[in-house]
Amino acid sequence: MAKTSRIVSSDHRHLLGLAALTVAIFVAMSLARPGLFLTGANMQSMAFQFPEYAILALAMMTAMLTGGIDLSIIGTANLSSILAALAMTALFPTGGNAVAVLALALLVGLSVGCLCGVINGLFIAGIGLPPILATLGTGIVYTGIGVVVTGGSAVVGLPDSFAVLGNAAVWAVPVPLLVFAAVAVVMAFVLNRTIYGHSVYLFGTNPRASRFAGLKNGRLNMTTYMISGTLAALAGLILISRANSAKADYAESYLLITVLIAVLGGTNPYGGVGRVLGVVLAVLSLQFLSSGLNMLQVSNFAKEFVWGLTLLLAMSVTRIEWRRMIDFSGVGRGRSPNAATGDKP
Amino acid sequence: MNDRSREAHDAPSVVALDHISKSFAGVRALDDVSLAIRPGEVVCLAGENGSGKSTLIKALSGAQPAESGTVSFHGQPQAQISPIGAVRAGVQVIYQDFSLFPNLTVAENIAFNDRLARGTRWIDWREMRRTAEAALGRIGVDIPLDAVVEDLPVASKQLVAIARALVDEARLIVMDEPTAALTEREVKHLLGIISRLKERGIAVLFVSHKLAEVFSVCERVVVLRNGRLVAEGPVDEFDPASLTHHMTGREIDAAPVVSADAPRGSDLLQVRHLSREGAFSDVSLDLAAGESLGIVGLLGSGRSELAKALFGMDPASSGTIRIEGEEARIDSISDAMERGIAYVPEDRLTEGLFLTQSIGANIAAGSFRRLAGTFGLVRKSDIRDEADGWVERLSIATPSSDLPVSSLSGGNQQRVMLARWLATTPRILILNGPTVGVDVGSKADIHRTIADLAAEGLGVIVISDDLPEVLACCNRIMVMRDGRIVDERRNDDVTENELSHLLSSDAEDA
Amino acid sequence: MARLFARNETLVATILLLFIIVTSIVDPSFLSVPTLFDLLRNGLIMAIFAIGVLLVLISGGIDVSFTALAAFAMYATTKTLVETGVEGSMALALAMSGGIGLCLGLVNGFFVGTMRLPTLIVTLGTLSAFRGALLTFVGSQLISNVPDGMRDFSRTMLLRGTNADGYFYSLPAAVLVLLLVVVLTWFILYRTMLGRNIFAIGGSLDSARRIGIPVTKVQYFIYAYVGTISGIAGIVHASLARVANPFDIVGLELSVIAAVVLGGARLQGGTGTITGTLLGVALIVVINNSLITLGIPSTWQNIVIGLLILLGTGVPAWQARRSGRTE
Repeated sequence: MAKTSRIVSSDHRHLLGLAALTVAIFVAMSLARPGLFLTGANMQSMAFQFPEYAILALAMMTAMLTGGIDLSIIGTANLSSILAALAMTALFPTGGNAVAVLALALLVGLSVGCLCGVINGLFIAGIGLPPILATLGTGIVYTGIGVVVTGGSAVVGLPDSFAVLGNAAVWAVPVPLLVFAAVAVVMAFVLNRTIYGHSVYLFGTNPRASRFAGLKNGRLNMTTYMISGTLAALAGLILISRANSAKADYAESYLLITVLIAVLGGTNPYGGVGRVLGVVLAVLSLQFLSSGLNMLQVSNFAKEFVWGLTLLLAMSVTRIEWRRMIDFSGVGRGRSPNAATGDKP
Repeated sequence: MNDRSREAHDAPSVVALDHISKSFAGVRALDDVSLAIRPGEVVCLAGENGSGKSTLIKALSGAQPAESGTVSFHGQPQAQISPIGAVRAGVQVIYQDFSLFPNLTVAENIAFNDRLARGTRWIDWREMRRTAEAALGRIGVDIPLDAVVEDLPVASKQLVAIARALVDEARLIVMDEPTAALTEREVKHLLGIISRLKERGIAVLFVSHKLAEVFSVCERVVVLRNGRLVAEGPVDEFDPASLTHHMTGREIDAAPVVSADAPRGSDLLQVRHLSREGAFSDVSLDLAAGESLGIVGLLGSGRSELAKALFGMDPASSGTIRIEGEEARIDSISDAMERGIAYVPEDRLTEGLFLTQSIGANIAAGSFRRLAGTFGLVRKSDIRDEADGWVERLSIATPSSDLPVSSLSGGNQQRVMLARWLATTPRILILNGPTVGVDVGSKADIHRTIADLAAEGLGVIVISDDLPEVLACCNRIMVMRDGRIVDERRNDDVTENELSHLLSSDAEDA
Repeated sequence: MARLFARNETLVATILLLFIIVTSIVDPSFLSVPTLFDLLRNGLIMAIFAIGVLLVLISGGIDVSFTALAAFAMYATTKTLVETGVEGSMALALAMSGGIGLCLGLVNGFFVGTMRLPTLIVTLGTLSAFRGALLTFVGSQLISNVPDGMRDFSRTMLLRGTNADGYFYSLPAAVLVLLLVVVLTWFILYRTMLGRNIFAIGGSLDSARRIGIPVTKVQYFIYAYVGTISGIAGIVHASLARVANPFDIVGLELSVIAAVVLGGARLQGGTGTITGTLLGVALIVVINNSLITLGIPSTWQNIVIGLLILLGTGVPAWQARRSGRTE
């Protein structure tokens, strides 16, 4: 049997299209505002801005790979960073060794994030709530706990050394960018090389078949939401480091943007399709667009308008691809993204 | 031919298909098919799975319009048919999967088609109940009108689906495997209804793979094969052998590929008094290495539930399972897999395959743990090597295992499912409907593979309602009815007709 | 009995009753006409939105854009009326705002019905797009001199009086709008073929297509209808507040969906009742208003509501999962 050369799947085609879009926006903005956009200062400022929501978008993508969604990432990010901030202000009221401060923040923040993910996993895998509902509920609760422990005000007085995480740069490369790069590499590795990664794509494609194939759907769900919770917490830590304070209602507007980035990056909201590289490209293109529009004196509201439009257009284009895939197989529509991941009777 | 049907002969056809073609992904599902159905005519649409029957039904019901050719209703060519257009023209379809609304009541499900056909705008709940009562009365069954459909047993769902199609405005009723879940008495009743429909001038297009039903009810037979119309004529010009020949396009060697006297190896599986409430009760069976055991039963007889219990999906509530003499608790799929039990599910598309994923990933899905190296890491190249090995061994026709599994034909998809489970090196292989939706050539190959696997020392259980299939590739056959094993035969000791009677006779006649 | 208890409505009604009883024991004045009217006033807008969301959920979709749509319709209407100097009647404002809502709803209908995109993604997109368009192209300044028609409407009371304890109470005419929406929606859902088609689509989209339900048309209707009543809710809100704030309303969407889900509508579609929805809204409104009476700091509000969502939807989900296993 003759082996054909590597087949270009629609997945790859989407990545190519997205890469072209990213480059096109970059070039357009560079041409429109060469003296402002195409400068080292602007590059660095963008590199400080996008990692926090890029990491959140990776968290969202991971959840969407299963055909679910994690609406609790903002609540998780705020709650874990608030608790980390409280731990820091309690143990290092006068500042302290940078390594110790960061270790404490990461330990507390990431553990809380992971725990939030475990709770989501219990509701989804254990009780059988649809992910959208479970994470809607837990997200409100996590935010609520954040409000209660802070009394609704901001936690301030973070140790100076903690600012490294969000504001420092190593040879002009911002630390948040380094953190994001590390996260992206780790996530790509997890999704491409581990049993979990291989299984989660199958689970997201068809949870029923996944169960029949002997994959442990419950455990896959649990792992997924633990990952998204932990990533959300990491994003939360970067965020409070940049803001130099922690609060229960930070970044609320990021929630929908993360969904937008994930979908623009080629993640199929029905599950089973999504790449780290796609999310990276989507984040970059939106960041270029956003920065460029700023330089063109376009208001933030117009950006919101453009982003919503971009999401709808991106979906309309990619959906045609999905339809082709689905018609090809001769089966009906994919599962609804709102459907429970449990088997329908 | 009586006067009435002679009269009908001159009336325009209820439905006429004229040179209809339709392709999916370059494969011709329907190729230049022409067919006319006159009022009051009962036509049998025969064909193997994958021959284009469902595509034809979808073309005339507007669910998936054809690409070329014309469809006429009552002599009027239709520019484009939509489902509602077909309904308005009097075409009603009883779908194989029932297509009911699980969230609505029996009464409302039944009344829905009638309302749509009449173009009702306002809802009168009392009238709806009357419509539903009348429809259920017409088929002579009693199902609580206020029950929600998702709570009904499968046989009742099928009856609701039938009742729903019998609307006053119907001129042609398409019945796609309408008897899969019905007992003999209910089937007889349905055949009676068809004769009465005929008297009222309503045409019926009857799709069934049960030849006895075809010969007892139909006047004319139309045979599809590979999307083409290959034979057509009055039913008395056909007999079971010639019909099979037309359907398959070759002389099928009905001789079993396994012998009832095949050597039995050591005892592999002993099941005693296995029960699961509402599914099956008091099931006992033995399976030896090298043996292939068939379990036949109607839809809803508990055959699939039994298989799922043995595989740990929906564990049994009482009874014992011994594997190689050792008592085994099978409470989860991992329990079953650890004991070397493999299960190829009934519905390949929803329960088996990850359609958009690669052939390789589909094959490796059950073996990630084995394929993973140290630290639990899986290399794509290892998956590809494993998959390529199986592609060759089971002759899966594909240029590359990187292609999505949806690019394969039904038969090759089924081989991917087999490969997935053989890759787990099972001792007991349970196959539920192993050749549903598989073309004839592949079907014979799969039967031979089953026989070979048994000969290699595997214990195989084949669950099916395809009687020739179990007769061909099982040494022994058990019959399930209402959740119980009611009979057990050697494959050289029973005929297809006897089996058919055994599995669908009503409990009270048994 | 088990079946009765498995119904969300019963569960929600029980919790609601418990809350009312406990709060009344702590503060006997809670159980009074003024409180009732206060709650009605506070829950009015949410209840109208909830009815719209219910319709979408029954059809198997989800809509998060209705708040942006309401804000758009409300602000555009008020601004137009103010700038053209047409002081007009409330009826004109209602018609305009409803009409704008309808048009924006059709945009959702296009992406859901014609493009067949997942409803959550579509409405996330239109949420941003509508809000962005409103703030960029229509305006972002607060309008505090709302037209006379709207101002008069907010002063129109169905009932007013003073109770025995000397508390003043009044029932705004806006309650009539809710009543109208409830009756109309009930009529559509239970007395028209259209309504039954909505249930059928939510039960099984594929079956609905096959048996000839005009699915796309029904979806256009659903989103247009929801748009219309959201537009109406928006203008009623502005009229009661006597100010048109373009930043208002958006942010409510998840709480409204939570209320509807709490009332028993399934996110998988096909199930949901108006009674349940109103009970769900009532529960959230009562909690918001009784926590302080109960001595629970208002900062706990989110936790209580979040837990209620998890409990109210988790219990039936858990029961369904268990009964699915034994079936």
